[in-house]
Amino acid sequence: MPTGNPPAKPGADLPDHPSFLWRNPEPASSYDVVIVGGGGHGLATAYYLAAVHGITNVAVLEKGWLAGGNMARNTTIIRSNYLWDESSGIYEHALKLWEGLEAELDYPILFDQRGVLNLAHSLQDVRDSVRRVNANRLNGIDAEWLEADAVKEICPIINVSPDVRYPVLGATYQPRAGIAKHDYVAWGYASAADRLGVDLIQNCEVTGIETSDGRVTGVNTTRGRIAAGKVALCASGHSSELAAMAGVELPVQSHPLQALVTELLEPVHPTVVMSNAVHVYVSQAHKGELVMGAGIDSYNGYGQRGSFHIIERQMSAALELFPIFARAHLLRTWAGIVDVSPDASPIIGLTPVDGLYLNCGWGTGGFKATPGVGDCFAHTIANDKPHPYNEPFTLERFTTGALVDEHGAAAVAH
Amino acid sequence: MSADFRLPSGGRIDRDTRLRFTFNGQSLAGRKGDTLASALLANGLHQVTTSIKYGRPRGIMAAGVEEPNALVQVAEPFSEPMLTATTVELCDGLVADGLVGHGRLDTEPDTARYDAKHAHCDVLVVGAGPAGLAAALTAARAGSRVVLVDDQNEAGGSLLGRDDYLDERSSDAWVCDVIAELAAAPDVLLLDRTTAFGAYQDGFVLALQRRTDDLGFDAPRHVSRHRIWRIRAKQTVIATGAHERPIVFSDNDRPGIMLAGAARTYLHRYGVQVGRRIGVFTTNDSAYHAAIELAEAGMDVPVLIDARHTVPPKLSAECATRGIDVYPGHVVTGTEGQERLTDVHIRSITGGHADTVVCDTLLVSGGWNPAVHLFSQLGGSLRYAPELGAYVPGESLSSARVAGSAAGAIELMACIEQGAEAGRAAVTAAGFRPAAEIPVPFADARADEAAATVLWRVPGSENAEEDTQFVDLQRDVTVSDVTRATGAGLESLEHVKRYTTIGTAHDQGKTSGMLAAAIVAEELGADLADRRPTTFRPPYTSVSFAALGGRDRGELYDPIRVTALHDWHVAHGAEFEDVGQWKRARHYPRQGEDMHAAVLRECRAAREGVALMDGSTLGKIDLQGPDAAELLDMLYTNMMSTLKVGRIRYGVMCGIDGMVIDDGTVIRLADDHFLLTTTTGNAAMVLDWIEEWLQTEWPHLRVFATSVTEHWVTVPLVGPKSRDVLAAVAPDLDVSNDAFGFMTWQDAVLDVADGIPARICRISFSGELAYEINVNAWDGLALWEALINAGEPYGITPYGTETMHVLRAEKGYPIVGQDTDGTVTPQDLGMSWAVSKKKADFIGKRSFSRAENLRPDRKQLVGLVPADPTVLLPEGAHIIESDHLPEPPVRMLGHVTSSYDSAALGRTFALALLRSGRDRIGEKLYAPVDDQLVPVTVTETVLYDKEGARRDG
Amino acid sequence: MQLIPCPWCGPREEVEFHYGGQAHVSYPADPAALSDEEWARFVFFRDNPRGPFAERWSHTAGCRRWFNAVRDTRSYELHAVYRLDEERPVTT
Ligand SMILES: Cc1cc2nc3c(=O)[nH]c(=O)nc-3n(C[C@H](O)[C@H](O)[C@H](O)COP(=O)(O)OP(=O)(O)OC[C@H]3O[C@@H](n4cnc5c(N)ncnc54)[C@H](O)[C@@H]3O)c2cc1C
Ligand SMILES: [Zn+2]
Repeated sequence: MPTGNPPAKPGADLPDHPSFLWRNPEPASSYDVVIVGGGGHGLATAYYLAAVHGITNVAVLEKGWLAGGNMARNTTIIRSNYLWDESSGIYEHALKLWEGLEAELDYPILFDQRGVLNLAHSLQDVRDSVRRVNANRLNGIDAEWLEADAVKEICPIINVSPDVRYPVLGATYQPRAGIAKHDYVAWGYASAADRLGVDLIQNCEVTGIETSDGRVTGVNTTRGRIAAGKVALCASGHSSELAAMAGVELPVQSHPLQALVTELLEPVHPTVVMSNAVHVYVSQAHKGELVMGAGIDSYNGYGQRGSFHIIERQMSAALELFPIFARAHLLRTWAGIVDVSPDASPIIGLTPVDGLYLNCGWGTGGFKATPGVGDCFAHTIANDKPHPYNEPFTLERFTTGALVDEHGAAAVAH
Repeated sequence: MSADFRLPSGGRIDRDTRLRFTFNGQSLAGRKGDTLASALLANGLHQVTTSIKYGRPRGIMAAGVEEPNALVQVAEPFSEPMLTATTVELCDGLVADGLVGHGRLDTEPDTARYDAKHAHCDVLVVGAGPAGLAAALTAARAGSRVVLVDDQNEAGGSLLGRDDYLDERSSDAWVCDVIAELAAAPDVLLLDRTTAFGAYQDGFVLALQRRTDDLGFDAPRHVSRHRIWRIRAKQTVIATGAHERPIVFSDNDRPGIMLAGAARTYLHRYGVQVGRRIGVFTTNDSAYHAAIELAEAGMDVPVLIDARHTVPPKLSAECATRGIDVYPGHVVTGTEGQERLTDVHIRSITGGHADTVVCDTLLVSGGWNPAVHLFSQLGGSLRYAPELGAYVPGESLSSARVAGSAAGAIELMACIEQGAEAGRAAVTAAGFRPAAEIPVPFADARADEAAATVLWRVPGSENAEEDTQFVDLQRDVTVSDVTRATGAGLESLEHVKRYTTIGTAHDQGKTSGMLAAAIVAEELGADLADRRPTTFRPPYTSVSFAALGGRDRGELYDPIRVTALHDWHVAHGAEFEDVGQWKRARHYPRQGEDMHAAVLRECRAAREGVALMDGSTLGKIDLQGPDAAELLDMLYTNMMSTLKVGRIRYGVMCGIDGMVIDDGTVIRLADDHFLLTTTTGNAAMVLDWIEEWLQTEWPHLRVFATSVTEHWVTVPLVGPKSRDVLAAVAPDLDVSNDAFGFMTWQDAVLDVADGIPARICRISFSGELAYEINVNAWDGLALWEALINAGEPYGITPYGTETMHVLRAEKGYPIVGQDTDGTVTPQDLGMSWAVSKKKADFIGKRSFSRAENLRPDRKQLVGLVPADPTVLLPEGAHIIESDHLPEPPVRMLGHVTSSYDSAALGRTFALALLRSGRDRIGEKLYAPVDDQLVPVTVTETVLYDKEGARRDG
Repeated sequence: MQLIPCPWCGPREEVEFHYGGQAHVSYPADPAALSDEEWARFVFFRDNPRGPFAERWSHTAGCRRWFNAVRDTRSYELHAVYRLDEERPVTT
């Protein structure tokens, strides 16, 4: 350690990663389970397959660098205060797992339950918010409705004065919600899975899925053919392409979603604030930068970049609610590719092809579900049967009409 | 303690204008034209701050945006967190402090102005250095529209920091000539202090112009402080130069250690000596010029340490004549000093004898990294150039080209030639014929004599167990942090970046990125040519939120829409609510009334006498054409084609998924002419919806749809006395029930002012006898006041949206968006009567027969009455079956969508979406509210005037 | 930020347009004749290719007309715009 004074400010520094993370094995010729996509969901699924179900002859195939997709690009908001029972089931399951995850993975994932505020700006927002709060409480999820002055107490920098264009009429508050450090989460799962014998294989793009008699038999990759008893897709924005390789069509569309950070700032923002009407969601990350999500670009896109007017709009929105941010500087913007489903709910479960499992459609909000998805999807793969928490999220629901419509009036993205 | 390091002459500063400033509490002076960094150096101050993690003293390392160390927080004249001293222009009264890691946001509101401007051009040139100037001149002479942006306060780029001659004149003269010619050209826009920070597809480049920062306290308030330029260029020439690369060695972070090119810039541009006794450490020829020029300027330059064994013969000889000892094949292995460098340790690169040189300054040059940021943002791929030890553009893009040292060129003549060539190619691609070639001036700058070598880090540096070989100074990341990452199994540069946080600081790795990439490759035994650099992301340099927010703040954040009667409402004390972009009067409290009291009073007036409201925000769409009726039959669940001229029908619209998206009335004006109303919030959506179907699916239908929302003022006149009031203002109209029946409309000329034309619809959203009077917007106020006058004998009362809600809810009329949420069908609302069984098809019909829609336990709209008639259920409360609250998860049957205290019913009531709701009518259920369970009884939706007797008066 | 050449107005800023997803998906001639699966396919399923994509745009803040475009979803490059009644042009 170099000498000098101790860190000048708390949070100036992040905890160290362990000095060993994972092996970089050559792909074997065959695995019991091949997971396509080494994002948070793929890695968590691999971990729970090994840790809970004892299935360790598993490979995670990642076309780029591990967890370099949306997992590396999201704004890390974690909450479970969704409207519908089906959603609160799986998101709350995830949140409970988050609460024990640091210990389980033995990794400093910086899960920080600093609370999330979802602001209401119109009378209908208020109705929808109260409805969601009440539903959450009956589902055993911590939730409160706060009037504007109570919002101000929790987050003093919010402008709650009535003279903003869309005044803050109140907010829902979930105290157990918060943020975590995305890379740390991914690497925690990755190294734990690696320790349990899972092969993490990078720079390995799946280019084809082999089936025989309606059953999956293996995948073709840029690193050769790999036989597989089961194949599980965790490819977020690339899900359509992959499913198509097995002849499965998906009702999802891939869009750019952007986010941005500022320079490191002294602590100003103690919680997480989200607003749909004045499109803002922002937190101050552990190091001190403000992390802010921007709106989704309307068009389909795989370019991992979006349009700048979305960022500009984002800035005006942020300044409406947080005048103090005026002097903050935009330091870096980026985009991920999110897989948006028609009802803003995920699709997790079996497919028409035996041995092929699907996890997609998380769109703008799947980071928070990472442990829950991992656990439930692993269960689904291991038992060839959905876990009760993901049972409602079938592909068939689009045929029956049993949607879980989370972007109806009462919902919030991310 | 400060001392004078300003040379008696030279530099481009205005020596007559002395500026006072305060840094870290110390009062100092500089000159106009200084940056904060050059002013500090002129005062002999190198240390600016201490580092974020280890608290080590840090100084000024560069002279531009690539500065990794010299972070400052500016307090005056304009408070701003985290800027680099090298980019802050000095102004009188500047107050700044060195910043340790974290900036501080001022709580005082930022009241400066910010704005944005669009510019369109044929050729955009980014960078007014030699390459950029040549490109701009070539493009301008071809007669194209040119925009030239440069982030400095004057053109010249790297020439500003050198003493080269062009055509035997000072390069300054050439720059002045070019700028003069460009300025005189008709279609050239020159923008200085303007940083292009983002490049997007189709020639879209964003730039930030700092318009008043240099004026300090004298900045005029009416001029925007910063301006965002949104530039659309057919062709872009990227001539952004290169950033000098440091070399990693032990204790390479002490104040006094600086990039060699920066020292030249401080000398030539600001007339500043960066030290008294200066060592130089280099891998290439360029630092020889620094050594020689600094020595010429009177500084003591004892040593030049060159990592190469083969040194440039002529330059070495020139060094020798100035007493500079050149050490070929040597490296710096470490340094000493606390707040300032005192000694430099040197050693032969192959090991062996070590030496110590006393120096207060060490200039370092590890070569140059082309500033490929904008090119990379455009998606241009990069190629590793081993001779430069850097990434260069690896392909040519159809609408952007890179020239000069941004493309890896090293020599001045080559830069100018490349610039001219890029300018020529750009104008040609933009459709112009280039004029005769511009004369490329002859540069006296000498070609490199000896090939550069590439050295990332000094092998076997000192301090074995305590690594102080910094790769990223701002993040305090050392070589051992990098090797720890690769040792952990990380191979991707992105992973190492995240493991170590290299490249994530304010400078975004401008000086550290290449070093990190190279050290990782070395550790992995990989070839840089086979590896991908990390992606460059916008913005190139940081931009304040305020600048990006521009003028779209406060009232201009989103348009405010008000009706023609808005001022009347304001004058009469209305409280407003936001509905979409509209301001709607919510209620009109009288002295001492709260909303509850006001609404009860307004409701009573509507039910017992007469009341009126401003309904102008209702969306109105005029639909004309021979096939309009056919289109309406597809758009609405009801049959509209059978509607007779003169009549009105209520209609429901669904999405293709069968869920209700809007409702309203349709009035038939003629066989081929209809007027539709929509909910206030959905007017634009419904027009879009109609046009989409018309254009994309049924272009054969001859129909035109026009929004006429703002053309009309719409006033519902409600209550048993409404007929009398109408009769008073429309004496020519037969208002009797027989002549003017329910769900019909009539045109009339009202006896108001000189007679105003009106369209009167007999519809009711309250269950009372009611009329909806529509007049031209400009007649709205006259109508309103006439109604108020005519209604005076009956106690006519204006009412707002809240009363409207109560009245309609008492009648069980749902509001789309309040009693529906995108998951509700017309059948769920109990509106099967509005769903045609006769029509073969309409939008949404097919979805009604999906399995989920046939379930008997769907949620249906019902009424609820609390057992205690004074208890008001909160909207958003849920309904459960049991009289005690079970453990979660509790089975919820549905939720309260609307809830009011009713004057007419003398009690509270609610509407709810309830599972199997219609089968539960009469059942007793419970609504958990706070810690209580409120017993409620399920009822029909219609609670008031079930027979509908009142609507005919 | 795309510059989108409206077939009627010429090149205009992306912000003037509304995106309409996959082109050439017609409303079924007889929805009642479709099975639930077929109907769900029409309502919810659209292609989502990485590469050239024939899609719909509407110039909402301009001439308000819908048109089709072939755009590469990787590079966002517009290869062609064409009227709704035209065939998808062959693009390279
Ligand atoms: C800007 C932004 C902000 C967001 N903010 C939030 C938030 O605040 N809260 C929240 O809960 N969610 C948020 N999300 C959503 C969240 O990031 C995603 O839902 C989630 O990360 C998706 O799961 P994943 O981590 O497995 O996806 P990814 O990390 O995207 O993993 C998918 C992986 O599959 C790989 N892959 C794709 N195709 C192939 C192939 N053919 N072969 C091999 N590998 C392949 C990809 O390279 C990628 O690594 C945000 C997303 C973005 C983009
Ligand atoms: Zn147009």
